[in-house]
Amino acid sequence: MQSVIVNNLSKNYGKEKEIKAVKDVSFDVSPAEIFGIIGPDGAGKTSLFRMLTTLLLPDSGNASVDGSDIVKDFKAIRKKVGYMPGRFSLYQDLSVEENLNFFATIFNTTIEKNYDLIKDIYIQIEPFKKRKAGKLSGGMKQKLALSCALIHRPVVLFLDEPTTGVDAVSRKEFWDMLKRLKQQGITILVSTPYMDEAGLCDRITLMQQGKLLSTGTPTEITGSFKQTILGVKAANMYDLLKDLNAYNAIEDAYAFGEYHHAVMKENSSEEALQKYLEEKGNKELVIQQIKPTIEDSFLRLMKS
Amino acid sequence: MANDIIIQTEQLTKRFGDFIAVDHISFDVHKGEIFGFLGANGAGKTTAMRMLCGLSLPTSGKATIAGFDIYKKTEAIKRSIGYMSQKFSLYEDLTVKENIRFYAGIYGMSNKYIKDKTALLLQQLHLEDEADKLVGSLPLGWKQKLAFSVAIFHEPQIVFLDEPTGGVDPVTRREFWNLIYEASAKGITVFVTTHYMDEAEYCNRVSIMVDGRIDALDTPVALKENFSAASMDEVFLQLARKATRNDS
Repeated sequence: MQSVIVNNLSKNYGKEKEIKAVKDVSFDVSPAEIFGIIGPDGAGKTSLFRMLTTLLLPDSGNASVDGSDIVKDFKAIRKKVGYMPGRFSLYQDLSVEENLNFFATIFNTTIEKNYDLIKDIYIQIEPFKKRKAGKLSGGMKQKLALSCALIHRPVVLFLDEPTTGVDAVSRKEFWDMLKRLKQQGITILVSTPYMDEAGLCDRITLMQQGKLLSTGTPTEITGSFKQTILGVKAANMYDLLKDLNAYNAIEDAYAFGEYHHAVMKENSSEEALQKYLEEKGNKELVIQQIKPTIEDSFLRLMKS
Repeated sequence: MANDIIIQTEQLTKRFGDFIAVDHISFDVHKGEIFGFLGANGAGKTTAMRMLCGLSLPTSGKATIAGFDIYKKTEAIKRSIGYMSQKFSLYEDLTVKENIRFYAGIYGMSNKYIKDKTALLLQQLHLEDEADKLVGSLPLGWKQKLAFSVAIFHEPQIVFLDEPTGGVDPVTRREFWNLIYEASAKGITVFVTTHYMDEAEYCNRVSIMVDGRIDALDTPVALKENFSAASMDEVFLQLARKATRNDS
């Protein structure tokens, strides 16, 4: 049985339901899978998570989590899912330990009983267990929130943008923690605006303006990008980008770290591009073949 | 080249009790440069930036911003700079036009100047149809582009950007960087923090803060060479992993 099944789920807001936050979304997630929902702010990720965790009713469509319907069986779902909202929502005026105890008690369990599950994460904040949650740094708050979401040993874990605003080192550590949870058999749905985190998921879906643009393994998604991408750099990158966008054999060109990416039309040649760019006066020109990334795929799907 | 230095710091330090948030940092930024100011959460970036903006007095050390002393001329500094962050940018319950008018008014721009330049700005940002809409109703990416334009509306010498593109979609993120390039081409110095390592590559030079100190400062190309790293992400990880401050 699939851990999460979503069929044509929609959510609208506003007096006349004119704001369509989630539009006809369908996907499945397998047990112990890390499923990433990749999309910018306002894509509808939070509305989707809130429906699946029974905090919000859908306008149409249906979904089940671990075999329970999100509308009819909402009480059952609340017992077996863990949810870490994007905004820190623990009790700021309770200590680290008090917060954890509180959530354990609500779910009729104890910290001791499930300590093995949270140990790796909690051990890092345990030295500060008497500190009020409101006084913790961002990274420590995140670890406490994850510990609280796990303390009742959920079957499915929902993490809404756990790494937004978190630096690159803490982000890597966080993803290592998720891998260990997966090994314990927990299904994880995680949303993120960082495209580079997509590669760390088993499967992903790209979400934009309430719709899913594409769903599959990261390799499937990048594999569906059939055009050639050339990485181009030159002494003046800003002028180079303007020249690339003015070239008719290029479908799209955009900045991409050290190199600009140029998506080539069919039958275009690298030599012709080189000649054109040299004629335009670009110095220290380097052109190389680039393998499409998730971000390239996302950019193409967004613009099409 | 000394006369094109717009930000200069020497042993700049900020203590909070026993805690040294910013630990003797010294660096220069040149006019028109895009300067990336990187560091892990808790490394001291925000504290350093608040001092450079004239919002917080240093404990020791020296600095001049646009030629003004950081201890004595904080008001002159504030007039010479622009600032935007992901957290604080515009008033959500004012319209696009009202926000522009409000900020330009604070900086003492004349009514005529504000009127002419607002029209031009709305046209450049393709926001003419949204001019009388509340900023709160705009998508995040538009808000951020507008916030940046408002931050440089009074033509400051330096603009400070604190994680301006967090959570913004990849298309808008690139449009935002085009605005940064344009500002830099006009001679505005851009001082920017980001957690996106591909954006570090777009900077002329990048500094990386670890535990309150600047542990590396160079062009992205030179940093990658020095650290034998394939990407800025690797450079950052090598340095940030050395941090001993428990703030993560």
